[in-house]
Amino acid sequence: MIIKQLSVFLENKAGRLNEVASLLGHADINMSAFSVADTTEFGILRMIVSDPEKAGEILKEAGFAVRLTDVICLHSPNVPGALSKALNVLAAESVFIEYLYAFSMDKDSANIVLKPEDIQKCIQVLKDHQIELLSASDLYEF
Amino acid sequence: MIWNEKIECGDRNELRAIQTERLRETVQRIYHNVPCYRKKMQKAGLVPDDIRSLEDLTKLPFTVKQDLRDNYPFGMFTVPMSEIVRIHASSGTTGKPTVVGYTRKDLNNWAEMVSRALCMGGVHRNDIVQVAYGYGLFTGGLGLHYGCENLGASVIPISGGNTQKQLQLMQDFGTTVLACTPSYSLYLAEAMKEMGIKKEELKLRVGIFGAEPWTENMRHEIEEKLGIKAIDIYGLSEIMGPGVSCECEYQCGMHINEDHFLPEIIDPETLQPVAPGEVGELVFTTVTKEGIPLIRYRTRDLTRLIYDKCKCGRTLVRMEKCKGRSDDMLIIRGVNVFPSQVESVLLGMSETEPHYLLIVEREGTLDTLNVMVEVQEQFFSDEIKKLETLRKKITANLESTLGISVNVKLVEPKTIERSAGKAKRVIDNRKL
Repeated sequence: MIIKQLSVFLENKAGRLNEVASLLGHADINMSAFSVADTTEFGILRMIVSDPEKAGEILKEAGFAVRLTDVICLHSPNVPGALSKALNVLAAESVFIEYLYAFSMDKDSANIVLKPEDIQKCIQVLKDHQIELLSASDLYEF
Repeated sequence: MIWNEKIECGDRNELRAIQTERLRETVQRIYHNVPCYRKKMQKAGLVPDDIRSLEDLTKLPFTVKQDLRDNYPFGMFTVPMSEIVRIHASSGTTGKPTVVGYTRKDLNNWAEMVSRALCMGGVHRNDIVQVAYGYGLFTGGLGLHYGCENLGASVIPISGGNTQKQLQLMQDFGTTVLACTPSYSLYLAEAMKEMGIKKEELKLRVGIFGAEPWTENMRHEIEEKLGIKAIDIYGLSEIMGPGVSCECEYQCGMHINEDHFLPEIIDPETLQPVAPGEVGELVFTTVTKEGIPLIRYRTRDLTRLIYDKCKCGRTLVRMEKCKGRSDDMLIIRGVNVFPSQVESVLLGMSETEPHYLLIVEREGTLDTLNVMVEVQEQFFSDEIKKLETLRKKITANLESTLGISVNVKLVEPKTIERSAGKAKRVIDNRKL
């Protein structure tokens, strides 16, 4: 259920994001999803990649501050109200979310990467309500 | 007007006689009252009677900021604390401040010298002087304050900051003289523009500016924007505070109060005197101070001395505007900042490593200090709020140590040059 997200610290300077993309591209690592959180001083690149361990090593060697973070990924139908349904369940059980971002691989479904404050509790709550979670193998295969 | 014509315009031979007598007396006093000096002199094989003329001055060992630190807080004082009536302090290189003490006579002499300085700048007893230097441990505020009172001018002891109020009082009280750091005067000029106050509406005519380095270009800008004559005043708390030297109306170098301080210019590498008129490090020996006399104190300021007679009639030697420093001290908004202070803060925090880069910028008129700090692998987080919390913690720690606001930037690991010998820790973009 738990998925490894690769987080990378990015200084606000030109070409830094491209360097990451290019390093991973040359290593034949695919990025399925990513989001950039930015402040005035720095950014954090969060991504789901085909081989998080290897990607992390490559970036570390190139001098980046990286971290593998545990996240979960909801799989939901691509219809109005689907996100709300999942969030209602989490809110009702007081599961706090640090951040989330979404990506889609096909027309009919959407995937939501989610970093909850308490990951075990979050998984349990979602399971109890029959909300589908992707496993690592689902994602890394893409 | 010349405050003390007898001394300021006196004959050099007479001055030398006064200096010689005072130097001999000072050397006796420090030898018998300050263990640190006695040891230094004994090490150099000197007894007080070896110092008989001004030429003998160069036999004496130098004094450096570290000596003050080693004898923190009062170890270099020559008199018992019962004789000390005021204490000032400035930031030291690694956290502990440099402490100085003044006797009643020291304060009187200081006021006299600031009165001389004010007169050099054309200030007189009818003036209303707004002292916008900080009041407190810093010598700027109180130093100017008592010099103005001694002169008989009306002092507005407003201290630093509070820009709106500064401008309001300038308008309402008809301030004629502004005393502050040159960069703050430009900041005030900018605020005037924003508030729609024209320089013609103010009665300002003179500015007494010091406590930080400034250029001739900056002088022109200040004079143009405020419609005043901008006078450079020099001083350092170790020697006394503002008023060690000051420009006259001809603005061609600062007249040193030589009856109190003996200036020398040395090569900071060889420590030998430079040829007359050459640039080098300014060294002072105080010859009237009672609280904490300093012998051949290395100021680290680079300048040269001009012995030609000045158009104003004063015969006191002039020092040029300082051209830089022979150490890595930065002066930012009038506050002394040593890179080593930043290092000690970062070393004291478990989350950071002592790799940093200081970038000083002049944004508009105010200097800003940016501190680049590396994010260490183990403290990197995928959450913005954790990194922001870390950034705020570093900022707060630096600000409380340095005494000025800083802008901390977190940067990627290993992007700051490692010290292989002499690392570049400071980039000063102010072009001073």
